[in-house]
This record gives sequence, C-alpha cells and structure tokens, in this order.
Amino acid sequence: MGKIFKNFVPYWKSVLLIVLLLTVQAMCDLALPQYTSDIIDTGIQNCGVSHILPEKITKYEYDCAAAFMTDSEKQKFEPAYEADGSSYKLVITDEKILEKLDSELIVPVMLNYQASKFPTESIESMVGSKLPSGALDSLKHTKIKEENADGDVVEVDCVDARPLVLNANREQIISKMREMTEKQLKAMGSDTMRSSGIAYAVEMDRLAGVDVDGKQTAYLWMSGLKMLLVAMLLTAAAIFAGFFAARVGSGVGMTLRGRVFRKVIGFSNTEIDKFSTASLITRTTNDIQQIQMVSVILLRMVLYAPIIGIGGVIKVINTGASMWWVIALAVAAIVVVVLTLTGIAMPKFKLMQKLVDRVNLVSREILTGIPVIRAFGREQREEERFDEANTALTKTTLFTNRVMTFMMPIMTVLMNMVSVLIVWVASGHIKDGNMQVGEMTAFITYAMQIIISFLMLTIMSIMLPRAAVAAGRIDEVVNTESSVTDSPDSVEFDINDGVVEFKDVSFRYPGAEEDVLSGISFTARPGSTTAVIGSTGSGKSTLVNLIPRLYDVTAGEIVIDGRDIRKIKMKSLRDKIGYVPQKGILFSGTIESNLKFGNKNATDAEMVNAASIAQATEFIDEKPNGYDSEIAQGGTNVSGGQKQRLSIARAIAKNPKIYIFDDSFSALDMKTDKMLRAALKDEVGDSTVVIVAQRISTIMDAEQIIVLDEGRIAGIGTHRELLKNCAAYLEIARSQLSESELNLGEDGELNG
Amino acid sequence: MAPVEKPKDFKGSMKKLIKYIGKYKIAVLIVMICAAGSTIFSVIGPKILGNATTVLADGLFKQIQGVGTIDMGKIGFILLAVLALYGVSAIFMFVQGWLMTGVTQKICYRMRREISEKINRMPLKYFESRTYGEVLSRITNDVDTLGMGLNQSITQVITSLCSIVGTLIMMLLISPLMTLIALVILPISAVIISVIVKFSQKHFRSQQEELGNINGIVEESYGGHLIIKSYNKEDETIDEFEKTNRKLYNSAWKSQFLSGIMMPLMMFVGNLGYAAVALSGGLLAIQGVITIGDIQAFVQYVKNFTQPIQQMSQVINQVQSMAAAAERVFEFLNEEEEQQLALNPVDVKKVRGDVEFEHVRFGYNEDKIIIHDFSAKVKQGQRIAIVGPTGAGKTTMVKLLMRFYDVNSGSIKLDGHDLRDFNRRELRDALGMVLQDTWLFNGTIMENIRYGRLDATDEEVIAAAKAAHADRFIRTLPDGYKMVLNEDASNVSQGQKQLLTIARAILADNPILILDEATSSVDTRTESRIQRAMNNLMKGRTSFIIAHRLSTIKDADLILVMKDGDIIEQGTHDELLKKQGFYCDLYNSQFEE
Repeated sequence: MGKIFKNFVPYWKSVLLIVLLLTVQAMCDLALPQYTSDIIDTGIQNCGVSHILPEKITKYEYDCAAAFMTDSEKQKFEPAYEADGSSYKLVITDEKILEKLDSELIVPVMLNYQASKFPTESIESMVGSKLPSGALDSLKHTKIKEENADGDVVEVDCVDARPLVLNANREQIISKMREMTEKQLKAMGSDTMRSSGIAYAVEMDRLAGVDVDGKQTAYLWMSGLKMLLVAMLLTAAAIFAGFFAARVGSGVGMTLRGRVFRKVIGFSNTEIDKFSTASLITRTTNDIQQIQMVSVILLRMVLYAPIIGIGGVIKVINTGASMWWVIALAVAAIVVVVLTLTGIAMPKFKLMQKLVDRVNLVSREILTGIPVIRAFGREQREEERFDEANTALTKTTLFTNRVMTFMMPIMTVLMNMVSVLIVWVASGHIKDGNMQVGEMTAFITYAMQIIISFLMLTIMSIMLPRAAVAAGRIDEVVNTESSVTDSPDSVEFDINDGVVEFKDVSFRYPGAEEDVLSGISFTARPGSTTAVIGSTGSGKSTLVNLIPRLYDVTAGEIVIDGRDIRKIKMKSLRDKIGYVPQKGILFSGTIESNLKFGNKNATDAEMVNAASIAQATEFIDEKPNGYDSEIAQGGTNVSGGQKQRLSIARAIAKNPKIYIFDDSFSALDMKTDKMLRAALKDEVGDSTVVIVAQRISTIMDAEQIIVLDEGRIAGIGTHRELLKNCAAYLEIARSQLSESELNLGEDGELNG
Repeated sequence: MAPVEKPKDFKGSMKKLIKYIGKYKIAVLIVMICAAGSTIFSVIGPKILGNATTVLADGLFKQIQGVGTIDMGKIGFILLAVLALYGVSAIFMFVQGWLMTGVTQKICYRMRREISEKINRMPLKYFESRTYGEVLSRITNDVDTLGMGLNQSITQVITSLCSIVGTLIMMLLISPLMTLIALVILPISAVIISVIVKFSQKHFRSQQEELGNINGIVEESYGGHLIIKSYNKEDETIDEFEKTNRKLYNSAWKSQFLSGIMMPLMMFVGNLGYAAVALSGGLLAIQGVITIGDIQAFVQYVKNFTQPIQQMSQVINQVQSMAAAAERVFEFLNEEEEQQLALNPVDVKKVRGDVEFEHVRFGYNEDKIIIHDFSAKVKQGQRIAIVGPTGAGKTTMVKLLMRFYDVNSGSIKLDGHDLRDFNRRELRDALGMVLQDTWLFNGTIMENIRYGRLDATDEEVIAAAKAAHADRFIRTLPDGYKMVLNEDASNVSQGQKQLLTIARAILADNPILILDEATSSVDTRTESRIQRAMNNLMKGRTSFIIAHRLSTIKDADLILVMKDGDIIEQGTHDELLKKQGFYCDLYNSQFEE
C-alpha cells in the first residue's frame, strides 16, 4: 500500500486539489437528495409554502388569529403585517425571522386553525355546554374525508367554531384549547405541527386571493433549476478531479518508468542476469502501466469514498433522525460479508493468475515442441500435463467465481433490507411527528451513499494488493544496486598503450556451484592479437566480458596499463574499448546512426572507412539509401552476417585502444572472415585485439592463442606451438581442418 | 474503449456455440428463468416500497388534520412483502450465478482440453503455416473471452432486457407522461457516449502507439544493454527514453481523462432526468394526478433505468467478441486431422532398421514439389549423412521419415513395410530425433533430459548428459541438474540447449536416430566428441545425420548429396571426393581461404 502511495508525494499539490474537487463533488452529490425532498415535502405536500404565516390574510382571519394570541404573541404577530386594502400583507421576508416566528406562533396559529375546522360531533364538549339546536347552522361547514377504525373512508362534518369560541367565555375556552394543543404539539412533534401550520397558511393565502398554484409551480421550477445547477457543479467538479487524477496518474507512471529505466541501464550484467531481460521489460512496461491505472482509480474512487462517507454521515446527523445505527449496522454487515468472502477467495485469486500463466506456458510449450513431442511419442504425457494445468485452473476459477456469486445477491439483499428497515423505523418516527416523509427519502439516499462508499473501500482493499505486487516488483528493481560501479578511489585514466593483463583471475556466477573461470593469467599486448578458443561453456565469452567490466572478477585482478580496471572510471575505461558481442545487436535508426553510435564526431570518411574494413560497404552501397537506410528495431531488416559486419564497423569507427571480438566472426563466411581480419590488421596495427573464436582458421595467425578448457587455461601459444603441445587445441584443430592443413602429416601423435 | 472485434458469421457461430453448450441446456434454461425472475422481482420492489411511503404520507396527512393516524400495521405488512420479494430475487440471482459459473467453467475446461488434444491429431503442416501466437491465443484469449462472455452476457442480456422492459412498464403504469419525460434522456446519453468514444478513441490509439514505442525502446535498450554500456551511451539512451516517456505521458493522461469524463457526464444526464422527473412529478402531484409515493418510486426507476441501458451497450460488444472468439475456436476444432491408426498395423517392436526410399515425391503444396524422385536404400546399422545446400530438401526427408508428412507418391519403407502401415505414434517409438531447433520445457534440467525416457533413473540421466558432454556445464549452472529452465530456456545458451537435447535423445535410445543439424551451435571440438560418443551408442543402429559442417560426417557409411530435392550423388566420403563432383566442391569450399 505504502509503496503505491509514496508515488504521490511529489504531486501533493495536485492531490490536494483533487481532494478539494472531490469534496465539492461529494457536497453536490449529497445536496441533490435534499432538492428531491424539498420538491416532495415543500413543493408538493406544502404547496411550495415553507412558513406558517400566510403571505396575505383577510381582515376577518387576521382578527381571528390575533384573538387566539397572548399579548406577547400579538406583539410579534402584528408588526409582521401591514394593511393592504381589505386584507393584510406579510412584510417580513427574512427567512430567519420567519423561521423564528414559525416556532413562536405555532400554538396560536394551530388553535385558530383547529377552531376553524372543528368536528361537529365534539364541539359541545369543547364549548363545555349544550348548544341550542340550530346554533351551528349559521356557521361555515366543511367536510373532511377520513378513514375510520375499520379502514373505511367516511366524511366527517366540521364547522368553523370560532364565532362560538370567541363569543362565549373566551378566555376559559382558549386556555383549555391551548393546553390541549400544547399537549398535542408535544405528542405530534413540531415537524408535523408545522405542516399543519403551513396548510393553514396555504388556506389563508387562497382566501385572501393569492395565486397559490402559481406560487407552487414557481417553487417547483426553482427547486428543479437549483437541482440542475448543483448537478452541473457536480459534473464540473468530477471532470476537473478526473483531469488532475489523469495527470497525476500518468505522471506517476512517467516518473516510475524513467526511474526504473535509468536504474536498469545502470545495471551490470549480473543484475540483468538475475532479473532476466524479459522480466525487466515486463517490470518497466506492464507493471508500471498497472500502477498507473491503479493510481488513477485511487485518486478518483478510493479517495472519494471516505469523503462522501464522511459527508453522508454529517448529513445524516443533520437530519436529526436518530437512525444512524441502521447505517452502522449495514456498514458492519457489508464489511463482514465482503471480508469473509474475499478472505475465502483471496488466496485462490492469487493462485489463479499463476494457474493461468501455467496453462499458457504449457500450451506454448506444446505448440513449439510439436515435432519433438511427436518424435518422442509424448502426446499422451503432454495432454496429461495440459489437463493437469487445465483442471487446476478450472477448479480454482470455479471456486473463486462461486464464492463471488454470493457477493451480489447478499449485497442487494443487504442494501434493500437497509431501505426497508429505514422505512420501518422512519415510519415510527414520522408517526411520532419527529420526521417528515421527504426526510426519510433523503435519509435512505444518504444511507445508500455511505454504504456504497464503504463497499467501494472494501472492494478497493481487494484490488490494491494486486497492484502492490507490481509495485513490489518495481521496487525490487529500483532498490537493486549495480554490482559493478565506480569505486570511490577510481579515477579518470587515459589508456595510452592498452596492455591488458589478467592476474590469476577467477569468476563465478552468483549462485553457481563451480567457477566458470579460474586461475586465468595472461597478457594481451598492443599491436598483437590474442585469441581465445575453447568448447561451448568453457568460459570464453565470460573471460572477455570481464575486460569492459560487464562483470567484475570474483578473485584476482585485471590490469590495464598497470592500473586495476576497478580503479579506473568506467566511462574512461569503456571509451577505449571497442567491444563486438556474439550477437550482432543494432538499434533502430539508420546505418549511419548505428555506425556512429560509439563516436558521434566521426566524419563520414571515417565511417565509410570503418564500414570498408568490416567488409560492409558492398551491401550498404547496394541499398538505395546507402548509409541512410533504415534499421528496424532489433535490426530485423538486415541479415545475421550483415548485422555482424555493421556491429564490427561500429567498433572500428570508435577507434579504440582495445578491441574485443566475442565470437563476432562466426556469422561470416570464411572468405569475408579472412578479408576482414586482413583489413583490420592493417588498420588497427597498434591496438590490442582480443578475439574469441570457434573456427581455428579465424585465429590461426594470432600472436597468442589461449585455449580454455572447463574454465582453465589448457595452453597458451601460437598455432604451431599449440598443435604440438596442447591436446585440447589439437582436438579442436582436427575437428575442423583437413590433414594437409594441419601440416603435421609426419606427426604420429595425430593419428593416435 | 478499444475497438471491438466482430465475428464473420455471427449467426453461425452462435448456433455452434449453442449446440456446444448442448448438455447444459437445462442448466442454462434455469439460469435464464432465474435471471428473469430475479430482475422482475427487483423491479417490482421499489413500486411496493413506494406504497409504504404513500400509506405513510396519507396517514401523516390525517394525523395533521387530527383525523387519523399512520397505520403501522399496514406499513409493516408492505415492508415484509418487499423483504420477501427482495429475498426471492436474491435467491434467484444466486442460483443463476452458481449454475452459470459452473456451466461456463465446465465449457471452458472442455474447450481447452479439446483444443489441446486436437493439436496432437493435426498435421504438422497446420502449425508450420501459422505463428504459435495465433494458435496459443485460441487456447487462452479466445477461450477466456468466451468464458467471460458466457458467464456474464447471457445473464446480463436477460437481466438488462428484463429490467429495461420491467422498469419501463412500471414507469408507464405510474405515469405515461413522466415516462416520456424520462425517456428524453436516452438520445442525450447516446449522443454523449458516441462523441466521447470518438474523441477518446483517437487518444486511446495514440496512447497505444506511444506505449508501443516505449516498449520498443525498453526492449531494444535492455536487449542491447551490453552495447549501450560498453559504448558509454547510457545518458543518450536515457534522454531518448525520456522524450518518448514524455509523449506517452501526454497521450496517456488525455485518453485517461477523456474516458474518465464519461461517467460524470452520464451521471449528469441521469441527474437531468432525475430533476425533470421530480419536477414534472411535483407538477402532476399538484393536480392530484399521481401520489407522492409514486413520485418516489418513479425517481428510483429513473435512476435504475440508465444503468441497464449502459449495460446493454457493453453486453452487445461482449456478445460480439464472444461470437468472434467462438468462431475461431470452432474453426480450429474443425480443422482436418491426421489418420492416427493403420488398418492392419505392423508391430513396431520387431523393427530392425532397414530403410528404403522408393521414388519419393513430395511437396508441402501439390503444386510446389520439393522432392521430385528420391530413392535410396539404407541397411540396418548404417550411418547415413544427408548433405546439400540450403533448400535442397534435407529436413523435408526427415519429416517424411518421421511421418510428420506423408509422401505424395512413392513410398518409404521400414523393414520392407510402408510407413503408412504403422500406427503413427508407434512408428515414432522406433525413431529418435534431435533437431536444430532445440525444444526444452519449463522444468529442471533433469526432467528435460528424462523426457527421452520417462522411467530413467537419475544415474541414467547423468550418464546420458555425460555422453552428450553436457555434464560439466550443467554443474557450473546455479542448482546444477535441478536448475529450472526458464520459460524461453534463455538461461542456458543455444549450444548448451543442443547438448541437452542430444542427451535427451541418447537417453531415449531408439533403433533409428535422426540428427538434423543437431550440433550446429556446438563448437566443433565438442561436436566431434559427441559424435564419438554417439558412434559407440549407435553401433548396430541406423542413423541419419544432416550437417552443415561436412567435417562431422566424413566417416558416414553412406553420404547422400541432395540438390533441389533429388539425390545427385551418393557414396562414402572418399568415393565422392574422387568423383570430383558436387560434393567435392562443397567440401572444398569449406576450407577455401
């Protein structure tokens, strides 16, 4: 985890910005349900009216309302209105004051409202005395539909009882009613009361001729518009967050890629061998690509989850609905379910990738080995081997997939249970008057958001370990130090002569049982050719690779011009070495760019000269673009022999003091080989030449031939000397040369 | 958002796939029913939950007017019903997932198995005209795509369709007018999707291109690491890399950003629909056309509506690529096969090793004959060398002998029996072969040599390695005989690989041995040593040797000189030299200076 996060450190500013943008996004995301609930609660249920004081009120109703008020209430009520013709108009527009008045005046307003629609049946008990018949006739009657105890809808006759109330022993009745209403207020909760108050306000407005429907429509439009604006802000925030996340993610990829590449280029062969080139390529490409993808996901989703989670929690607390425990329960349940399921499936998940690789590997081997498999009649064995891999993969996949099939249904059931539970619990609260329907709807939405954010986090916690593996693989490279480095006491050293001296050199590959080279001592002098010959695996290539410090010796030392090469700065050492490897390696570009690879300042004449020594001019000139001819990646558009000649020319163009040809002539035919060596001899007269070869003919005229056998020197000398006194050399010679060429016909040893 | 591959014959491939699913028909049918059921139930859910809200709101209204109360019993009943509904839906979903996973995995297993068995029955010709990657991707990618497609698309097509139709019906039931309003978001989303896809694909492609470039640089630089170091070119290489790295960064963030824009925009469109619905719902509710609970349910439906539509577009792509994958797999499974068994097979155990070529005529294509008229007689125990310039048909002879191919006319006889009278696999028991192209598998060196004879003891394996002069180098390797060859066997050299394959052939110990350029990458000294070891081993056995280096075949009993598919000279080394013919020229050209 930390391995992934530490990549963000250089981008902390952008990350901070992303957090800010995500916060905006989360706020918008959370605000949206509020607008829906506004539309439902206020817009539809309350006709777009949010306060209990009507906007306009008729004089009669104004007086009625005032009649139910105490003196202190009247003092608040009366200044809020101004006479406007035959009615009164509300002059306060400040939301906060209106809000305050809502709670202060709710009791008298409700008293007034209830008195205006009093069930006819119970009116006598309220007034406290039997009313004369016909007393209600002059009053205004309304019919209210209501469900009775059996659930049937019945019409209840109500009457505007205010004239009665106000005429009779007013004080007594009002105080009795007030007592009841206050009790009711406690029982119903202020929210419900307010809704009733608003219903009153709506009725009053209508009565005073206010266009309530128009107002309601306007309110709905307004809310819709606000919702749209918030949605736009949300989208904008999300897009900008995405923009920065994309840049940071790609930046992380770029930085890592650069760092790994630099590191690998600095590696010596030992580290390259340790990781293997293929693995290093995967680490630099796929692994980093994966980190890049995960980084974006981290910045966009994983970061968002806690933000919206926290926001959701705040909103939930603000609704004042004491139902947070439902959410906590749901979150706990989800975390438990996800962790249990992944806990079961995770080990198998990790195994799965390996099994997929295994199936791929076995199939690839079967495909590439068809002739051999058939020749050995091992079809059955291969089928069994494949079946083994196939069965293992199928079983594991089946297991993990089946475990995961639990996930979806359980999650949906959980989420739905949460909404059902919320509705149930909220119903109770609403019944008690502590909540409104719209609030419940909003609560469900917030709850879902919180739960989903937790779900996200848990799912991410499954994804992250996989990326962590890639991060670990990258770290491994970054934390590996090259085993061949400039030591502190190394200096710039100008190699003038190029005398290469091996002093009792041994070398062993890390982890190998035996030395590849042991006790090697010889001196390669300027102006002469030192050839190394020996069987496959005798250590020839390893020996010459030690000179440019592609590896460092494990024992003994290599000395050039009297100085241990480990005490020469690598740059100045390699500047003077012209190294030609076994395989002709070219780089994409042109022939020219490849030839001038080692010496940018080489003139065209020098380049052509190098090419002609390497016997390459013929085929270069044949190409329509000559030296400007394209070389494809890996040099695939030139033949093996041509590649080899170009890589030889590349070394010559560098004009080095020491030439190393690591079996570089094997891809050439005999004739070219000979001409090339002759030209080389003329040109590089005073350089030190070390040649590794398989063909005796290539090295027959070398001043010094070193015969390697199983990592040790089996003989040093000229061709003639070695034929006489080195059995290993003789054996090689016999396998390649005709008797006449061996020129040893008289020698009895040969036939023995 | 990479472009999707389309099958050539969608209908045909789907038909074949359905036939292949065959015996799981009932399971798939149950899956489909469950998917539909689960969707229908979960679509009905919100509507019923909405009822609870309506009851709640109604009750509340009465409570406000003091004329009634909220009916908790009724709400409780509704909620229980909803729970039951969701429960049933979940059970359906689970059964569907469980069954489909099983069916898919079984089908994938069977397909991979059939492909792997098929490979062994197919003529070599098929594989020689294709890259390994092509065949490999059928076993891996195609079967995977198919599996994933099967596992998801069948159920998703059904669930998406059901939920689209179901949601639509529910929405229409609540309010046709609001449904119409909600549907307006469809064309808007379609336009947004297509515009973004168009833009992001451009950057996606350029990102792929830059990624390819950077991978190229990485491969080239790591492969040429040796040269870069020894030419002091580290800094320049890094500079060049950083340039491309920068370009990749630019295209990467752009394509990432553009494809990331899709979700917020779709969310916006969703919110747009949401607002429109809430608003229109509100307006309709004023007129008393619909209830508050209905609005609530409707809002939920709208939210659920965009999801299956997005899913559908994904599923369509997935089904397309599934059909394309199935097409390729079936194409492979229907390829022509080799006849494995002969009618009256000759018993291979008694084979002595006389080989006779009688007017052999062969070409990989009928109209491109490579071997015109090849005849030769080889006695048991003889060492036969086949020499000739590249393209003379030497390796083809070996392939015919191994019966990787059958002759067009003429015949090859082993102990007087036509090769075609042997069972193909049994015949090969008589023949040992070492090819220039070394094949080793990811396993220890010990296992790789033992491949020649599976019941060989460790001692026998080591003895074979010694005979092949591989013992010494094996011991210098990390872990020696227990060293695991990596996937490309790149942790041993080409020459070393050849020694291992020779050790393997030595261990196999067949009556007839074929060496096709078996020592081309081994140094000459080791080669001649191996040859000596082989000579001992091959005493009394027939052997065929193809070699570039003529020095290695000087003492063969019979040298067949091939040119353009025919034998132009034959005889021993000395006889042929005396002839002063083609062989003589060939031999001398090796030493020309």
